[in-house]
Amino acid sequence: MSDFVSDTWHYYVVGLVVLSLAFCLWILVSNMTKREKGPVTLHDHIWDETLQEYNHPLPRWWLYLFWLTLGFAVAYLVLYPGLGTRQGQLGWSGKSQYEAEVKAAEAQFKPIYAKYAKQDLAAVAADPEAQAMGQRLFLTYCAQCHGADAHGAKGFPNLADNDWLYGGDPATIKTTITGGRNGAMPAWGAVLGADGVKDAANYVRSLSGLANDSIRAQRGKELYAQNCIACHGLEGKGNQALGAPNLTDRIWLWGSSETSLIETISKGRQNQMPVFKDFLGEDKIHILSAYVLSLSKSQDKQQ
Amino acid sequence: MQTQATYDYQVVRQFAIMTVVWGIVGMLVGVIIAAQLVWPDLNVHEYLHFGRLRPLHTNAVIFAFGGCALMATSFYVVQRTCHTSLFLPKLASFVFWGWQLVIVLAAITLPLGYTSGKEYAELEWPIDILIAVVWVAYAVVFFGTIGKRKTSHIYVANWFYGGFILAVALLHIVNSAEIPFSLMKSYSAYAGVQDAMIQWWYGHNAVGFFLTAGFLGMMYYFVPKQAGRPVYSYRLSVVHFWALIFTYMWAGPHHLHYTALPDWAQSIGMVFSLILLAPSWGGMINGIMTMSGAWDKLRTDPILKFLITSLSFYGMSTFEGPMMSIKTVNALSHYTDWTIGHVHSGALGWVGMVSIGSIYYLLPRLYGKTEMYSVRLITLHFWVATIGIVLYIASMWIAGVMQGLMWRDVNVDGTLKWAFIESVKATYPYWAIRLLGGLLYLSGMFIMFYNMVRTIAGQKAVDAPVLAPAAAH
Repeated sequence: MSDFVSDTWHYYVVGLVVLSLAFCLWILVSNMTKREKGPVTLHDHIWDETLQEYNHPLPRWWLYLFWLTLGFAVAYLVLYPGLGTRQGQLGWSGKSQYEAEVKAAEAQFKPIYAKYAKQDLAAVAADPEAQAMGQRLFLTYCAQCHGADAHGAKGFPNLADNDWLYGGDPATIKTTITGGRNGAMPAWGAVLGADGVKDAANYVRSLSGLANDSIRAQRGKELYAQNCIACHGLEGKGNQALGAPNLTDRIWLWGSSETSLIETISKGRQNQMPVFKDFLGEDKIHILSAYVLSLSKSQDKQQ
Repeated sequence: MQTQATYDYQVVRQFAIMTVVWGIVGMLVGVIIAAQLVWPDLNVHEYLHFGRLRPLHTNAVIFAFGGCALMATSFYVVQRTCHTSLFLPKLASFVFWGWQLVIVLAAITLPLGYTSGKEYAELEWPIDILIAVVWVAYAVVFFGTIGKRKTSHIYVANWFYGGFILAVALLHIVNSAEIPFSLMKSYSAYAGVQDAMIQWWYGHNAVGFFLTAGFLGMMYYFVPKQAGRPVYSYRLSVVHFWALIFTYMWAGPHHLHYTALPDWAQSIGMVFSLILLAPSWGGMINGIMTMSGAWDKLRTDPILKFLITSLSFYGMSTFEGPMMSIKTVNALSHYTDWTIGHVHSGALGWVGMVSIGSIYYLLPRLYGKTEMYSVRLITLHFWVATIGIVLYIASMWIAGVMQGLMWRDVNVDGTLKWAFIESVKATYPYWAIRLLGGLLYLSGMFIMFYNMVRTIAGQKAVDAPVLAPAAAH
């Protein structure tokens, strides 16, 4: 596809480039004087009492350097794109170089990943070589949010425990990485009012046995029953089909303090796990899923 | 034969003093951001955050320090070599105060977070308009003075100053075309890859014309003056002047290798960057060869040390630049600290040292003296600055090549061998060395400030009488 809206621009570019090169050539050729015999003379102008100029010719080695770069420029513009829409003798383009490199990389690396594609995730998770590859993939693509140790951060789930927002069985982990997730907690500030939000926050804290204002928690329980059970359930155990967190445990994505709970309830939360389907491809996701699976498995052993 | 009239030195004095002052300010901010890279905890407040101070540093050293040096020397040189006083001296005074206002506005708005987001052109639209007005006034004074010259020929320094003034006006006005949204917010008139291309056409020509052509003008006056020797070759000055200003205009796309910029534009940017090697070296040769017959002076004269070392750094960075514009080299060097090292070998080595040398020449002469208060302090300044530069650029070269190699290193399965943060971790020692280099260079500026104050203190400003031009022989 052409970069230009009309051929005029092609000729414009070619014209300017050729003109510029020709200008450099002309100014060089027109100044190729030979050294005259005898001592070098001074130009016959004097400025500010002492400023004068010698009539030295252009230094030879400098001239050759200039010629060399001009020759390189002409040769390069013949071989590579540069003169407007002209492709260049070699037929090279940035896009074709990229495609060739991707193709070469695919040929080299695809078999390494494909080897595990047919294996069951549990088997891949048990394979030390696949685990090492999974960890490298994790460090390259996942560590930015989930941390190098997979322990997560505020707003980014810990993957090394046994608590799962959407489920921790092998198939679900793979689905999460492949298709991404959108976690949305609606904002309740306008519905509940400042006092209501605080009441609800205290009730939520009571669910996991954290210190709370029992009067507020009592009032919050009613608000919870009216507004929250649809996602978080009657007992506050959450719902993995929706990605609604369990509120009765001690694992908190956005923090358990009264302040952060008030913020969560009044303003809501938007969480996004990106889609990796096209970016990584199925084979890599397979190995990555096995690695993530193993993170919580190793947690099991420790407990 | 002397006439009663005197040269207008007032504006030269003002700009010369502010060169030193803004040099200290700009380099101090540079040292602060270098320290922030070593100790990220120094990012204490949003106003003092790296992201806000970095453009303040670049604007202050380029446009405040460099700009004042260029204006001081060009107003001096154009008068002395045209044998006439300034055209419209009141307008020249407006150029001084207007330019200081631009700098102060930059120092306020950039830390507050007002930015158009264009590198080296961050200032928002009301300030852009002020810059354009001041710059046109500058051009009127400069070319007006050329117009009323008493010599038939225009001295080579003035070609370079003139080329710099015209080109910067063009660059600033085209690149800063923007649509105001509110008093302190605007959007570029260009979009997408065109915007990027215009930005780097501007960006590289800011290097080519502001930081090269202008300072070559400085070089062509102060090197032969201080060496007491004629310029090496008139012919070389003609050839490299025209080749330089013709070729620089094309070099911008090398900032956008392997991006969405079309292949043809990348190629042209690369080949013209390579062609630039010879025209750039033309200036270096003409400066250094001017010394022939006077090399012994280098032993005792620290001003010449500054000027000649600056030319060596000029030659070095104008060799490095074309090499880095080659696409395969650029694939390694781009986005690494190598670029920062390259820029500073030009900025500290070439631009900084030629300015410092010229200002040391200028200051005593503006106060009826022939020498600075202490020549030994100039020598000390020279060595402190030189060691600072060497530490700075050597550490950035090593860091840059290391980063480039780490980023492209892959495991057997094609995954990256190093997470980005590991390259950051590996760079810490080099950032510490860079900080030390920057500190040395900054302390040299404090020595200069002291020397300047002692030179000026108690002295009366003296405007030298206008000289009649020598008759051609």
